[in-house]
Amino acid sequence: MIFLQVAAKDLRSELRTKESLNASLSFAVVILLLFSFAFDPSGEAVAEFSGGLLWLVFAFAGALILNRSFARELPNDCLEVLIASPVSGAQLFLGKSVASFVLLLAIELICLPIFGIFYNITWTPKFWPLLGVFLLGTWAMTILGTLFSALTVNLSLRELMLPMLLYPMMIPALMSAMRLTTILLSGNDIGGDDLVWLRLLIGFDVVFTTLALALVETILVR
Amino acid sequence: MSVPVLAVEHVYKYFGDYPALRDVSFSLHGGECLALLGRNGAGKTTMLKILAGLSGAAQGEVKLFGDSPRQASARRRIGLLGHGIGVYDELTAIENLNIFAQLYGVSKTVAREWLERTQLAHVADSPVREFSRGMRQRLAVARAFLHNPALLILDEPFTALDDRAIALLQGLLADAKAAGRTIIMSTHQLREAMELATHVALIERGKLVHFGPRTPEMLMDPGYVYRTFGAV
Repeated sequence: MIFLQVAAKDLRSELRTKESLNASLSFAVVILLLFSFAFDPSGEAVAEFSGGLLWLVFAFAGALILNRSFARELPNDCLEVLIASPVSGAQLFLGKSVASFVLLLAIELICLPIFGIFYNITWTPKFWPLLGVFLLGTWAMTILGTLFSALTVNLSLRELMLPMLLYPMMIPALMSAMRLTTILLSGNDIGGDDLVWLRLLIGFDVVFTTLALALVETILVR
Repeated sequence: MSVPVLAVEHVYKYFGDYPALRDVSFSLHGGECLALLGRNGAGKTTMLKILAGLSGAAQGEVKLFGDSPRQASARRRIGLLGHGIGVYDELTAIENLNIFAQLYGVSKTVAREWLERTQLAHVADSPVREFSRGMRQRLAVARAFLHNPALLILDEPFTALDDRAIALLQGLLADAKAAGRTIIMSTHQLREAMELATHVALIERGKLVHFGPRTPEMLMDPGYVYRTFGAV
């Protein structure tokens, strides 16, 4: 369970500095606030785009968290020391993914009630299914984002490159998460034809987790 | 002859079309200490990164303890001290050493012992960002030696060290050599290196132009290696 030690180290570092946490949370809240001016929060149409809006906010805020994932190791050449340690690339990657996942999920769970207030959406009756969708969607974003964070860590334009790579690849997972969230925030249950979105999200998670774990060693050792 | 701790055979490395290493071969056994010399950009750091498993060779083979450097069993036995100190500024000294103790499967008691040994016990619970440069360097030394590595890979270890850290590192390296550990270090500090080295290698533009035992002439006159074997 070495990956848990890596995750704990990352979380401890982040909670000390709050570098990406503060930036990501303030960014998410500001976007939610600005969008509430753009759309009529009391309109019935809000429920129709609620999932899309929420996941766009999560995706933008998530890039700030994910960018720091491997970049955190650059000062003092800590990444070299980690790669040279007996920890496998897969364990290192998994640890970093878990840390980013926890941070991102925390941001999402803070944003959800704020979203409910700004847009007059009742989310509490569907909290548990929503949490399930958040877990699956956030893992999809985290696993792909952490992989691209490893890939772009030595680039000077990594803050730009990560979203450029991440968002197009995220489209299937984002579409699924948006659709499922919209269904739940409209007060409906996921069932019937909508289950295909759930299957797509689970499939995305499984496929990209497997691929990332298989590829990360090649990415880290150049 | 016993299996070498470190064996490099016909290693090539390219950055684009530029050959950073060209047909480099050498080997080291237990208790041997190699001073890897060469001017800036000669390929010393590239060689050390390949040995530490941080980079792969384009051609050729590197074996540590008979294994690939990327095998966990080989990496567990390497102590790496590179250009950076490899510790986290936002964490405390003891938190840093505990993390590496966990990664290497070493008890946390050992981490405390190394803080004592590097005279950092009194600042164990202070964040590294509050440390002076010398204290940070001593913590880096503790981190590299924490798991009692059989092979020490040191990239310019004496550069920018204060007197106290140099004395500490020299003592630890002498002890490690006496205990049969293998050491490979790139350095520009010729005098310090020659005192420790059993072997000397000179790299020029990616090519190993000399590899052999350290001779009395090298000890007395550290510039001897460059003048005798170097192209310029």
